[in-house]
Amino acid sequence: MAQEYTLYNDTVMDHFMNPRNLGDIDNPDGVGEVGAAACGDIMKISLKVKDGKIEDARFKTFGCGSAIASSSMATELIKGKTLAEARALSNDDVVTALGGLPPVKIHCSVLAEEAIKAAIEDYESKNQKA
Amino acid sequence: MKQVYLDHQSTTPLLPEVFEVMRPYFTEAFGNPSSLHKFGLRARDALKTAREQIALLINAESPDDIFFTSSGTEANNLAVKGVAYANKRKGNHIVWCRTEHPSVLNSIEFLEKEGFTHTKVGVDVEGRINLDELKAAITDQTILICCQHVNHDIGTIQPMDEVAKIAAEKGVLFFSDAINSTGWLPVDVQKMGVQLLTLSPHRFYGPKGVGIVYRNRRARMVSIIHGGVQENGRRAGTENVPAIVGAGIAAEIAARELTKRIEHVTRLQKKLYDGLGTIPYIKFNGPAPGPIRICNNLNFSTEFIEGEGQLLLCDMQGIAVASGSSCVSKSLKVSHVLDAIGLDHALAQGNIIMTLGQDNTDEDIDYVVETFGKIVTRLRSMSPMWDEFQKGVIDSVVAPTGRGMSFSDHAAQVSGHRK
Repeated sequence: MAQEYTLYNDTVMDHFMNPRNLGDIDNPDGVGEVGAAACGDIMKISLKVKDGKIEDARFKTFGCGSAIASSSMATELIKGKTLAEARALSNDDVVTALGGLPPVKIHCSVLAEEAIKAAIEDYESKNQKA
Repeated sequence: MKQVYLDHQSTTPLLPEVFEVMRPYFTEAFGNPSSLHKFGLRARDALKTAREQIALLINAESPDDIFFTSSGTEANNLAVKGVAYANKRKGNHIVWCRTEHPSVLNSIEFLEKEGFTHTKVGVDVEGRINLDELKAAITDQTILICCQHVNHDIGTIQPMDEVAKIAAEKGVLFFSDAINSTGWLPVDVQKMGVQLLTLSPHRFYGPKGVGIVYRNRRARMVSIIHGGVQENGRRAGTENVPAIVGAGIAAEIAARELTKRIEHVTRLQKKLYDGLGTIPYIKFNGPAPGPIRICNNLNFSTEFIEGEGQLLLCDMQGIAVASGSSCVSKSLKVSHVLDAIGLDHALAQGNIIMTLGQDNTDEDIDYVVETFGKIVTRLRSMSPMWDEFQKGVIDSVVAPTGRGMSFSDHAAQVSGHRK
Protein backbone atom coordinates (compact mmCIF):
# COMPACT_ATOMS: atom_id res chain seq x y z
CA MET A 1 0.00 0.00 0.00
CA ALA A 2 1.50 3.29 -1.09
CA GLN A 3 -0.13 5.31 1.64
CA GLU A 4 -0.73 4.30 5.22
CA TYR A 5 -4.26 5.15 6.23
CA THR A 6 -4.87 5.68 9.93
CA LEU A 7 -7.92 6.84 11.85
CA TYR A 8 -6.00 9.49 13.83
CA ASN A 9 -2.92 11.61 13.11
CA ASP A 10 0.59 10.24 13.66
CA THR A 11 0.99 11.73 17.14
CA VAL A 12 -2.31 10.31 18.38
CA MET A 13 -1.55 6.92 16.82
CA ASP A 14 1.92 6.94 18.40
CA HIS A 15 0.52 7.69 21.87
CA PHE A 16 -2.12 4.98 21.38
CA MET A 17 0.32 2.36 20.10
CA ASN A 18 3.16 3.32 22.47
CA PRO A 19 1.47 4.88 25.47
CA ARG A 20 3.74 6.85 27.82
CA ASN A 21 3.34 6.51 31.58
CA LEU A 22 1.03 3.52 31.38
CA GLY A 23 0.35 1.79 34.68
CA ASP A 24 -0.10 2.52 38.36
CA ILE A 25 2.14 4.13 40.95
CA ASP A 26 2.84 2.13 44.11
CA ASN A 27 1.62 4.09 47.10
CA PRO A 28 0.46 7.06 45.05
CA ASP A 29 0.07 10.47 46.64
CA GLY A 30 -3.09 11.17 44.68
CA VAL A 31 -5.44 9.18 42.47
CA GLY A 32 -8.20 10.47 40.21
CA GLU A 33 -10.64 8.20 38.46
CA VAL A 34 -13.28 9.80 36.28
CA GLY A 35 -15.85 8.57 33.81
CA ALA A 36 -17.40 10.27 30.82
CA ALA A 37 -21.15 10.23 31.02
CA ALA A 38 -21.32 10.87 27.26
CA CYS A 39 -19.54 7.75 26.05
CA GLY A 40 -18.80 5.55 29.07
CA ASP A 41 -15.01 5.85 29.00
CA ILE A 42 -13.14 5.69 32.32
CA MET A 43 -9.73 7.17 33.03
CA LYS A 44 -7.55 6.78 36.12
CA ILE A 45 -4.50 8.92 36.79
CA SER A 46 -2.19 8.45 39.77
CA LEU A 47 0.44 10.91 40.95
CA LYS A 48 3.64 10.97 42.96
CA VAL A 49 4.12 14.45 44.40
CA LYS A 50 7.34 15.82 45.90
CA ASP A 51 7.95 19.40 47.07
CA GLY A 52 4.81 20.64 45.36
CA LYS A 53 5.88 19.14 42.04
CA ILE A 54 4.55 16.17 40.11
CA GLU A 55 7.39 13.72 40.19
CA ASP A 56 5.56 10.96 38.38
CA ALA A 57 2.19 10.47 36.71
CA ARG A 58 0.68 7.20 35.46
CA PHE A 59 -2.56 6.33 33.79
CA LYS A 60 -4.91 3.50 32.99
CA THR A 61 -7.79 4.01 30.62
CA PHE A 62 -10.89 2.12 29.57
CA GLY A 63 -11.71 3.83 26.32
CA CYS A 64 -11.06 4.41 22.67
CA GLY A 65 -7.79 5.18 20.92
CA SER A 66 -8.09 8.91 21.45
CA ALA A 67 -8.93 8.46 25.15
CA ILE A 68 -5.78 6.37 25.60
CA ALA A 69 -3.71 8.86 23.61
CA SER A 70 -5.18 11.78 25.58
CA SER A 71 -4.26 10.21 28.91
CA SER A 72 -0.78 9.34 27.66
CA MET A 73 -0.20 12.91 26.46
CA ALA A 74 -1.77 14.49 29.56
CA THR A 75 0.53 12.59 31.90
CA GLU A 76 3.52 13.64 29.77
CA LEU A 77 2.44 17.28 30.00
CA ILE A 78 2.15 17.37 33.81
CA LYS A 79 5.29 15.47 34.76
CA GLY A 80 7.75 17.82 36.44
CA LYS A 81 5.15 20.57 36.72
CA THR A 82 4.00 22.22 39.94
CA LEU A 83 0.55 21.33 41.21
CA ALA A 84 -0.67 24.80 40.24
CA GLU A 85 0.66 24.36 36.70
CA ALA A 86 -0.86 20.90 36.42
CA ARG A 87 -4.19 22.15 37.69
CA ALA A 88 -4.11 24.84 35.01
CA LEU A 89 -3.73 22.24 32.22
CA SER A 90 -6.77 22.41 29.99
CA ASN A 91 -8.16 19.91 27.56
CA ASP A 92 -7.18 22.30 24.76
CA ASP A 93 -3.54 21.92 25.80
CA VAL A 94 -3.89 18.15 25.42
CA VAL A 95 -5.58 18.48 22.02
CA THR A 96 -2.91 20.90 20.80
CA ALA A 97 -0.08 18.66 21.99
CA LEU A 98 -1.71 15.76 20.15
CA GLY A 99 -1.87 17.80 16.96
CA GLY A 100 -5.67 17.77 17.04
CA LEU A 101 -8.48 15.30 17.64
CA PRO A 102 -11.63 14.73 15.56
CA PRO A 103 -14.48 16.97 16.88
CA VAL A 104 -16.43 13.98 18.18
CA LYS A 105 -13.37 12.96 20.26
CA ILE A 106 -12.71 16.25 22.03
CA HIS A 107 -14.49 14.95 25.13
CA CYS A 108 -11.66 12.40 25.52
CA SER A 109 -9.28 15.28 26.23
CA VAL A 110 -11.80 16.75 28.71
CA LEU A 111 -11.72 13.44 30.53
CA ALA A 112 -7.92 13.68 30.81
CA GLU A 113 -8.16 17.19 32.24
CA GLU A 114 -10.77 16.03 34.75
CA ALA A 115 -8.73 12.98 35.77
CA ILE A 116 -5.73 15.19 36.54
CA LYS A 117 -7.82 17.64 38.53
CA ALA A 118 -9.41 14.77 40.46
CA ALA A 119 -5.98 13.30 41.25
CA ILE A 120 -4.71 16.67 42.51
CA GLU A 121 -7.83 17.13 44.64
CA ASP A 122 -7.30 13.66 46.08
CA TYR A 123 -3.70 14.56 46.93
CA GLU A 124 -4.75 17.81 48.56
CA SER A 125 -7.57 16.30 50.58
CA LYS A 126 -5.22 13.62 51.91
CA ASN A 127 -2.60 16.20 52.84
CA GLN A 128 -5.04 18.48 54.58
CA LYS A 129 -6.04 15.63 56.86
CA ALA A 130 -2.44 14.76 57.62
CA MET B 1 1.62 -7.64 6.68
CA LYS B 2 -1.15 -10.20 6.53
CA GLN B 3 -4.52 -8.65 5.65
CA VAL B 4 -7.74 -10.25 6.86
CA TYR B 5 -10.96 -8.52 5.88
CA LEU B 6 -13.69 -9.38 8.37
CA ASP B 7 -16.19 -6.63 7.64
CA HIS B 8 -18.27 -8.14 4.85
CA GLN B 9 -21.46 -6.80 6.37
CA SER B 10 -20.15 -3.29 5.66
CA THR B 11 -19.26 -4.15 2.10
CA THR B 12 -17.72 -6.87 -0.03
CA PRO B 13 -15.14 -6.57 -2.82
CA LEU B 14 -16.52 -6.42 -6.35
CA LEU B 15 -15.91 -9.71 -8.15
CA PRO B 16 -13.50 -9.20 -11.08
CA GLU B 17 -15.88 -11.03 -13.41
CA VAL B 18 -18.66 -8.66 -12.39
CA PHE B 19 -16.42 -5.69 -13.08
CA GLU B 20 -15.60 -7.06 -16.54
CA VAL B 21 -19.28 -7.22 -17.47
CA MET B 22 -19.83 -3.68 -16.12
CA ARG B 23 -16.84 -2.15 -17.90
CA PRO B 24 -18.33 -1.47 -21.39
CA TYR B 25 -21.33 0.26 -19.80
CA PHE B 26 -19.03 3.02 -18.53
CA THR B 27 -17.56 3.69 -21.97
CA GLU B 28 -18.96 2.53 -25.31
CA ALA B 29 -22.40 1.40 -24.04
CA PHE B 30 -22.97 4.68 -22.26
CA GLY B 31 -26.51 5.32 -23.52
CA ASN B 32 -29.35 6.63 -21.39
CA PRO B 33 -31.99 3.90 -21.10
CA SER B 34 -34.70 6.53 -21.66
CA SER B 35 -33.31 7.44 -25.10
CA LEU B 36 -35.05 5.98 -28.14
CA HIS B 37 -31.96 5.43 -30.32
CA LYS B 38 -29.69 2.42 -30.45
CA PHE B 39 -27.47 3.71 -27.63
CA GLY B 40 -30.49 4.03 -25.36
CA LEU B 41 -32.00 0.73 -26.46
CA ARG B 42 -28.78 -1.12 -25.66
CA ALA B 43 -28.76 0.32 -22.13
CA ARG B 44 -32.46 -0.42 -21.76
CA ASP B 45 -31.81 -4.03 -22.75
CA ALA B 46 -29.07 -4.25 -20.11
CA LEU B 47 -31.53 -3.09 -17.44
CA LYS B 48 -34.03 -5.70 -18.57
CA THR B 49 -31.46 -8.48 -18.23
CA ALA B 50 -30.44 -7.26 -14.76
CA ARG B 51 -34.07 -7.12 -13.65
CA GLU B 52 -34.53 -10.74 -14.76
CA GLN B 53 -31.36 -11.82 -12.93
CA ILE B 54 -32.47 -10.15 -9.70
CA ALA B 55 -36.01 -11.57 -10.03
CA LEU B 56 -34.53 -15.07 -10.38
CA LEU B 57 -32.32 -14.69 -7.30
CA ILE B 58 -35.25 -13.84 -5.03
CA ASN B 59 -37.92 -15.80 -6.93
CA ALA B 60 -40.00 -12.72 -7.71
CA GLU B 61 -43.21 -13.38 -9.64
CA SER B 62 -42.10 -11.01 -12.39
CA PRO B 63 -39.05 -8.89 -13.33
CA ASP B 64 -41.50 -5.97 -13.35
CA ASP B 65 -41.55 -6.23 -9.55
CA ILE B 66 -37.89 -5.16 -9.38
CA PHE B 67 -37.04 -1.45 -8.95
CA PHE B 68 -33.53 -0.05 -8.97
CA THR B 69 -32.46 2.76 -6.64
CA SER B 70 -29.08 4.30 -5.81
CA SER B 71 -28.41 2.36 -2.59
CA GLY B 72 -29.81 0.00 0.01
CA THR B 73 -30.68 3.02 2.13
CA GLU B 74 -32.66 4.59 -0.70
CA ALA B 75 -34.36 1.25 -1.29
CA ASN B 76 -35.42 1.12 2.37
CA ASN B 77 -36.61 4.74 2.20
CA LEU B 78 -38.67 3.93 -0.89
CA ALA B 79 -40.16 0.77 0.59
CA VAL B 80 -41.23 2.57 3.78
CA LYS B 81 -42.17 6.04 2.58
CA GLY B 82 -43.38 5.01 -0.89
CA VAL B 83 -45.77 2.45 0.60
CA ALA B 84 -46.88 4.76 3.42
CA TYR B 85 -47.74 7.62 1.06
CA ALA B 86 -49.46 5.30 -1.42
CA ASN B 87 -51.66 3.77 1.28
CA LYS B 88 -52.41 6.89 3.26
CA ARG B 89 -56.13 6.63 2.58
CA LYS B 90 -56.23 3.12 4.08
CA GLY B 91 -54.46 4.05 7.27
CA ASN B 92 -51.52 5.84 8.83
CA HIS B 93 -49.97 3.31 11.20
CA ILE B 94 -46.72 1.38 10.78
CA VAL B 95 -45.53 -1.48 12.97
CA TRP B 96 -41.81 -2.20 13.06
CA CYS B 97 -39.22 -4.28 14.86
CA ARG B 98 -37.03 -2.15 17.11
CA THR B 99 -33.78 -3.59 15.75
CA GLU B 100 -34.40 -2.37 12.18
CA HIS B 101 -31.56 -0.66 10.33
CA PRO B 102 -31.36 3.16 10.74
CA SER B 103 -32.50 3.63 7.13
CA VAL B 104 -35.81 1.99 8.07
CA LEU B 105 -36.23 3.38 11.57
CA ASN B 106 -35.30 6.93 10.60
CA SER B 107 -37.68 6.77 7.61
CA ILE B 108 -40.48 5.73 9.96
CA GLU B 109 -39.61 8.46 12.44
CA PHE B 110 -39.55 10.98 9.59
CA LEU B 111 -43.08 9.91 8.63
CA GLU B 112 -44.27 10.97 12.09
CA LYS B 113 -43.98 14.56 10.90
CA GLU B 114 -46.14 13.65 7.93
CA GLY B 115 -49.05 12.51 10.08
CA PHE B 116 -48.17 8.83 10.39
CA THR B 117 -47.96 6.97 13.69
CA HIS B 118 -46.02 3.85 14.52
CA THR B 119 -45.50 1.12 17.08
CA LYS B 120 -42.11 -0.38 17.86
CA VAL B 121 -42.09 -4.10 18.63
CA GLY B 122 -39.49 -5.52 21.02
CA VAL B 123 -37.14 -8.46 20.61
CA ASP B 124 -35.89 -11.21 22.92
CA VAL B 125 -32.28 -11.53 24.15
CA GLU B 126 -31.32 -13.18 20.86
CA GLY B 127 -32.90 -10.38 18.84
CA ARG B 128 -35.99 -12.31 17.64
CA ILE B 129 -39.12 -10.24 17.24
CA ASN B 130 -41.81 -10.67 19.90
CA LEU B 131 -44.72 -12.12 17.89
CA ASP B 132 -47.39 -11.53 20.55
CA GLU B 133 -46.35 -7.91 20.78
CA LEU B 134 -46.44 -7.71 16.99
CA LYS B 135 -49.97 -9.10 16.84
CA ALA B 136 -51.14 -6.76 19.56
CA ALA B 137 -49.57 -3.73 17.87
CA ILE B 138 -51.64 -4.04 14.69
CA THR B 139 -54.70 -1.78 14.53
CA ASP B 140 -57.30 -1.15 11.84
CA GLN B 141 -55.11 1.77 10.78
CA THR B 142 -51.99 -0.36 10.23
CA ILE B 143 -50.78 -0.33 6.63
CA LEU B 144 -47.29 -1.80 6.90
CA ILE B 145 -45.20 -4.20 9.00
CA CYS B 146 -41.41 -3.79 8.78
CA CYS B 147 -39.28 -6.68 9.96
CA GLN B 148 -35.82 -7.23 8.57
CA HIS B 149 -34.82 -10.71 7.43
CA VAL B 150 -31.45 -10.70 9.20
CA ASN B 151 -30.13 -8.15 11.68
CA HIS B 152 -27.16 -6.05 10.55
CA ASP B 153 -25.41 -6.13 13.95
CA ILE B 154 -26.10 -9.42 15.66
CA GLY B 155 -27.01 -11.63 12.68
CA THR B 156 -30.38 -12.81 14.02
CA ILE B 157 -32.62 -14.44 11.41
CA GLN B 158 -36.20 -13.31 12.03
CA PRO B 159 -39.12 -15.78 11.88
CA MET B 160 -40.35 -14.69 8.45
CA ASP B 161 -43.08 -17.34 8.23
CA GLU B 162 -44.71 -16.25 11.47
CA VAL B 163 -44.49 -12.54 10.71
CA ALA B 164 -45.92 -13.16 7.22
CA LYS B 165 -48.74 -15.22 8.70
CA ILE B 166 -49.69 -12.43 11.08
CA ALA B 167 -49.48 -9.85 8.28
CA ALA B 168 -51.68 -11.99 6.01
CA GLU B 169 -54.27 -12.63 8.75
CA LYS B 170 -54.52 -8.93 9.43
CA GLY B 171 -54.38 -7.97 5.75
CA VAL B 172 -51.33 -5.74 6.26
CA LEU B 173 -48.41 -5.36 3.83
CA PHE B 174 -45.16 -6.96 4.98
CA PHE B 175 -41.81 -5.37 4.12
CA SER B 176 -38.57 -7.14 4.90
CA ASP B 177 -35.12 -5.55 4.55
CA ALA B 178 -33.06 -8.48 3.22
CA ILE B 179 -29.88 -6.45 2.78
CA ASN B 180 -27.98 -8.55 5.32
CA SER B 181 -29.23 -11.91 4.13
CA THR B 182 -29.20 -11.84 0.33
CA GLY B 183 -26.25 -13.77 -0.99
CA TRP B 184 -25.72 -15.55 2.34
CA LEU B 185 -29.10 -17.20 2.89
CA PRO B 186 -31.82 -18.31 0.47
CA VAL B 187 -34.18 -15.39 -0.14
CA ASP B 188 -37.48 -16.35 -1.77
CA VAL B 189 -40.10 -13.63 -1.68
CA GLN B 190 -42.93 -16.04 -2.41
CA LYS B 191 -41.96 -18.49 0.34
CA MET B 192 -41.31 -15.64 2.75
CA GLY B 193 -44.72 -14.14 2.09
CA VAL B 194 -43.42 -10.57 1.76
CA GLN B 195 -44.90 -7.91 -0.49
CA LEU B 196 -41.82 -5.72 -0.25
CA LEU B 197 -38.16 -6.62 0.11
CA THR B 198 -34.91 -4.71 -0.33
CA LEU B 199 -31.40 -5.72 -1.42
CA SER B 200 -27.98 -4.11 -1.60
CA PRO B 201 -25.74 -5.69 -4.25
CA HIS B 202 -22.44 -4.47 -2.76
CA ARG B 203 -23.14 -6.82 0.12
CA PHE B 204 -22.92 -9.84 -2.18
CA TYR B 205 -19.89 -8.99 -4.34
CA GLY B 206 -21.72 -6.53 -6.58
CA PRO B 207 -21.07 -2.80 -6.99
CA LYS B 208 -21.97 0.12 -4.77
CA GLY B 209 -24.30 2.80 -6.15
CA VAL B 210 -27.29 0.54 -6.64
CA GLY B 211 -30.06 -0.74 -4.37
CA ILE B 212 -33.12 -2.80 -5.14
CA VAL B 213 -36.75 -2.83 -4.08
CA TYR B 214 -38.89 -5.85 -4.81
CA ARG B 215 -42.54 -4.86 -4.73
CA ASN B 216 -45.35 -7.30 -5.38
CA ARG B 217 -47.74 -5.75 -7.89
CA ARG B 218 -50.61 -5.99 -5.40
CA ALA B 219 -48.83 -3.56 -3.09
CA ARG B 220 -49.21 0.11 -3.86
CA MET B 221 -46.01 2.16 -3.77
CA VAL B 222 -45.37 5.67 -5.07
CA SER B 223 -42.11 7.37 -5.96
CA ILE B 224 -40.36 9.49 -3.35
CA ILE B 225 -37.99 11.03 -5.94
CA HIS B 226 -39.72 13.17 -8.50
CA GLY B 227 -38.71 13.72 -12.09
CA GLY B 228 -38.99 11.46 -15.12
CA VAL B 229 -40.82 8.16 -15.36
CA GLN B 230 -37.87 5.83 -14.95
CA GLU B 231 -38.46 2.54 -13.12
CA ASN B 232 -42.10 2.49 -14.13
CA GLY B 233 -42.66 5.78 -12.35
CA ARG B 234 -41.43 4.48 -8.98
CA ARG B 235 -38.00 6.09 -9.02
CA ALA B 236 -37.10 9.13 -11.10
CA GLY B 237 -33.52 9.73 -12.22
CA THR B 238 -31.26 8.30 -14.90
CA GLU B 239 -30.38 4.74 -13.96
CA ASN B 240 -26.82 3.85 -12.92
CA VAL B 241 -26.54 1.39 -15.78
CA PRO B 242 -23.06 -0.06 -15.07
CA ALA B 243 -23.95 -0.66 -11.42
CA ILE B 244 -27.30 -2.21 -12.32
CA VAL B 245 -25.58 -4.50 -14.83
CA GLY B 246 -23.12 -5.47 -12.09
CA ALA B 247 -25.97 -6.07 -9.64
CA GLY B 248 -27.56 -8.48 -12.11
CA ILE B 249 -24.36 -10.47 -12.66
CA ALA B 250 -23.59 -10.51 -8.94
CA ALA B 251 -27.12 -11.86 -8.33
CA GLU B 252 -26.64 -14.56 -10.95
CA ILE B 253 -23.33 -15.60 -9.35
CA ALA B 254 -24.84 -15.43 -5.85
CA ALA B 255 -27.63 -17.79 -6.89
CA ARG B 256 -25.13 -20.20 -8.44
CA GLU B 257 -22.59 -20.07 -5.60
CA LEU B 258 -24.96 -19.74 -2.64
CA THR B 259 -24.64 -23.29 -1.31
CA LYS B 260 -20.86 -23.24 -1.63
CA ARG B 261 -20.59 -19.81 0.02
CA ILE B 262 -22.82 -20.84 2.90
CA GLU B 263 -20.89 -24.07 3.50
CA HIS B 264 -17.52 -22.33 3.46
CA VAL B 265 -18.50 -19.40 5.64
CA THR B 266 -20.51 -21.52 8.11
CA ARG B 267 -17.45 -23.66 8.74
CA LEU B 268 -15.20 -20.64 9.30
CA GLN B 269 -17.83 -19.01 11.52
CA LYS B 270 -17.79 -22.07 13.81
CA LYS B 271 -14.00 -22.10 13.83
CA LEU B 272 -13.83 -18.41 14.71
CA TYR B 273 -16.56 -18.82 17.35
CA ASP B 274 -14.69 -21.71 18.96
CA GLY B 275 -11.35 -19.88 18.77
CA LEU B 276 -12.55 -16.59 20.24
CA GLY B 277 -14.53 -18.53 22.84
CA THR B 278 -11.23 -19.60 24.44
CA ILE B 279 -10.46 -15.95 25.37
CA PRO B 280 -11.70 -15.32 28.93
CA TYR B 281 -14.56 -12.88 29.61
CA ILE B 282 -15.90 -12.72 26.09
CA LYS B 283 -19.65 -12.86 25.53
CA PHE B 284 -21.19 -13.63 22.15
CA ASN B 285 -24.26 -11.59 21.29
CA GLY B 286 -27.26 -12.80 19.32
CA PRO B 287 -28.10 -16.45 18.64
CA ALA B 288 -25.34 -19.10 18.69
CA PRO B 289 -24.14 -20.14 15.21
CA GLY B 290 -26.93 -22.33 13.84
CA PRO B 291 -30.35 -22.14 12.27
CA ILE B 292 -31.36 -18.68 13.53
CA ARG B 293 -28.06 -16.90 12.90
CA ILE B 294 -26.69 -15.74 9.54
CA CYS B 295 -23.62 -17.79 8.58
CA ASN B 296 -21.20 -14.88 8.11
CA ASN B 297 -21.65 -12.82 11.28
CA LEU B 298 -20.20 -13.01 14.78
CA ASN B 299 -20.90 -10.28 17.30
CA PHE B 300 -19.30 -10.35 20.71
CA SER B 301 -18.29 -8.20 23.64
CA THR B 302 -14.88 -8.28 25.25
CA GLU B 303 -15.29 -7.39 28.88
CA PHE B 304 -13.20 -4.69 30.64
CA ILE B 305 -12.02 -3.06 27.41
CA GLU B 306 -13.61 -0.77 24.86
CA GLY B 307 -14.46 -1.58 21.23
CA GLU B 308 -12.70 1.16 19.29
CA GLY B 309 -9.34 0.30 20.85
CA GLN B 310 -9.84 -3.33 19.83
CA LEU B 311 -10.81 -2.25 16.31
CA LEU B 312 -7.74 0.00 15.99
CA LEU B 313 -5.29 -2.62 17.24
CA CYS B 314 -6.87 -5.20 14.91
CA ASP B 315 -6.42 -2.75 12.04
CA MET B 316 -2.75 -2.25 12.94
CA GLN B 317 -2.38 -6.05 12.60
CA GLY B 318 -4.15 -6.06 9.22
CA ILE B 319 -7.50 -7.29 10.55
CA ALA B 320 -10.54 -5.21 9.49
CA VAL B 321 -13.49 -5.45 11.91
CA ALA B 322 -16.45 -3.31 13.02
CA SER B 323 -17.86 -2.32 16.42
CA GLY B 324 -21.17 -1.20 17.89
CA SER B 325 -19.47 0.66 20.75
CA SER B 326 -20.43 4.27 21.44
CA CYS B 327 -16.85 5.41 20.78
CA VAL B 328 -17.16 4.19 17.20
CA SER B 329 -20.44 5.96 16.48
CA LYS B 330 -20.65 9.60 15.55
CA SER B 331 -23.59 10.01 17.92
CA LEU B 332 -21.61 8.56 20.88
CA LYS B 333 -24.40 6.06 21.43
CA VAL B 334 -24.00 2.32 21.55
CA SER B 335 -25.77 0.40 18.80
CA HIS B 336 -29.55 0.51 19.36
CA VAL B 337 -29.60 -3.21 18.56
CA LEU B 338 -27.39 -4.02 21.57
CA ASP B 339 -29.68 -1.84 23.65
CA ALA B 340 -32.73 -3.68 22.32
CA ILE B 341 -31.41 -7.09 23.39
CA GLY B 342 -30.77 -5.69 26.87
CA LEU B 343 -26.99 -5.98 26.73
CA ASP B 344 -25.27 -4.48 29.77
CA HIS B 345 -23.71 -1.13 28.89
CA ALA B 346 -20.27 -2.34 29.99
CA LEU B 347 -20.48 -5.11 27.40
CA ALA B 348 -21.97 -2.91 24.69
CA GLN B 349 -18.89 -0.70 25.04
CA GLY B 350 -16.60 -3.65 24.35
CA ASN B 351 -18.47 -4.70 21.24
CA ILE B 352 -16.83 -6.15 18.12
CA ILE B 353 -18.48 -7.38 14.93
CA MET B 354 -16.64 -9.78 12.62
CA THR B 355 -18.28 -10.73 9.33
CA LEU B 356 -16.83 -13.37 7.07
CA GLY B 357 -16.69 -13.72 3.31
CA GLN B 358 -15.91 -16.29 0.66
CA ASP B 359 -12.23 -15.33 0.42
CA ASN B 360 -11.47 -15.88 4.11
CA THR B 361 -9.41 -18.97 4.84
CA ASP B 362 -8.65 -21.29 7.74
CA GLU B 363 -5.27 -19.58 8.08
CA ASP B 364 -7.05 -16.22 8.38
CA ILE B 365 -9.09 -17.52 11.29
CA ASP B 366 -6.03 -18.97 13.04
CA TYR B 367 -4.26 -15.62 12.64
CA VAL B 368 -7.27 -13.65 13.90
CA VAL B 369 -7.79 -15.82 16.97
CA GLU B 370 -4.12 -15.71 17.91
CA THR B 371 -3.76 -11.98 17.25
CA PHE B 372 -7.01 -11.03 18.90
CA GLY B 373 -6.06 -12.86 22.10
CA LYS B 374 -2.90 -10.72 22.30
CA ILE B 375 -4.83 -7.53 21.63
CA VAL B 376 -7.24 -8.31 24.45
CA THR B 377 -4.38 -8.97 26.88
CA ARG B 378 -2.69 -5.73 25.88
CA LEU B 379 -5.80 -3.57 26.24
CA ARG B 380 -6.73 -5.18 29.54
CA SER B 381 -3.27 -4.34 30.85
CA MET B 382 -4.13 -0.71 30.03
CA SER B 383 -7.62 -0.78 31.54
CA PRO B 384 -8.44 0.32 35.09
CA MET B 385 -11.53 -1.88 34.92
CA TRP B 386 -9.46 -5.03 34.55
CA ASP B 387 -7.43 -4.07 37.65
CA GLU B 388 -10.54 -3.30 39.59
CA PHE B 389 -12.02 -6.64 38.62
CA GLN B 390 -8.84 -8.42 39.78
CA LYS B 391 -9.07 -6.55 43.09
CA GLY B 392 -12.74 -7.39 43.54
CA VAL B 393 -13.87 -3.77 43.31
CA ILE B 394 -16.11 -4.52 40.34
CA ASP B 395 -17.61 -7.78 39.19
CA SER B 396 -17.70 -9.43 35.78
CA VAL B 397 -20.96 -9.43 33.84
CA VAL B 398 -19.86 -12.38 31.71
CA ALA B 399 -18.81 -14.62 34.61
CA PRO B 400 -19.95 -13.05 37.90
CA THR B 401 -17.91 -13.92 40.97
CA GLY B 402 -20.29 -12.31 43.47
CA ARG B 403 -17.61 -9.85 44.58
CA GLY B 404 -17.66 -6.13 43.99
CA MET B 405 -20.17 -3.76 42.46
CA SER B 406 -21.37 -3.78 38.88
CA PHE B 407 -19.35 -2.03 36.24
CA SER B 408 -22.25 0.30 35.56
CA ASP B 409 -22.60 1.31 39.22
CA HIS B 410 -18.89 1.93 39.37
CA ALA B 411 -18.97 3.95 36.15
CA ALA B 412 -21.85 6.03 37.48
CA GLN B 413 -19.93 6.64 40.68
CA VAL B 414 -16.79 7.90 38.96
CA SER B 415 -18.81 9.89 36.44
CA GLY B 416 -20.42 11.64 39.39
CA HIS B 417 -16.96 12.85 40.34
CA ARG B 418 -16.98 15.53 37.63
CA LYS B 419 -17.03 19.12 38.76
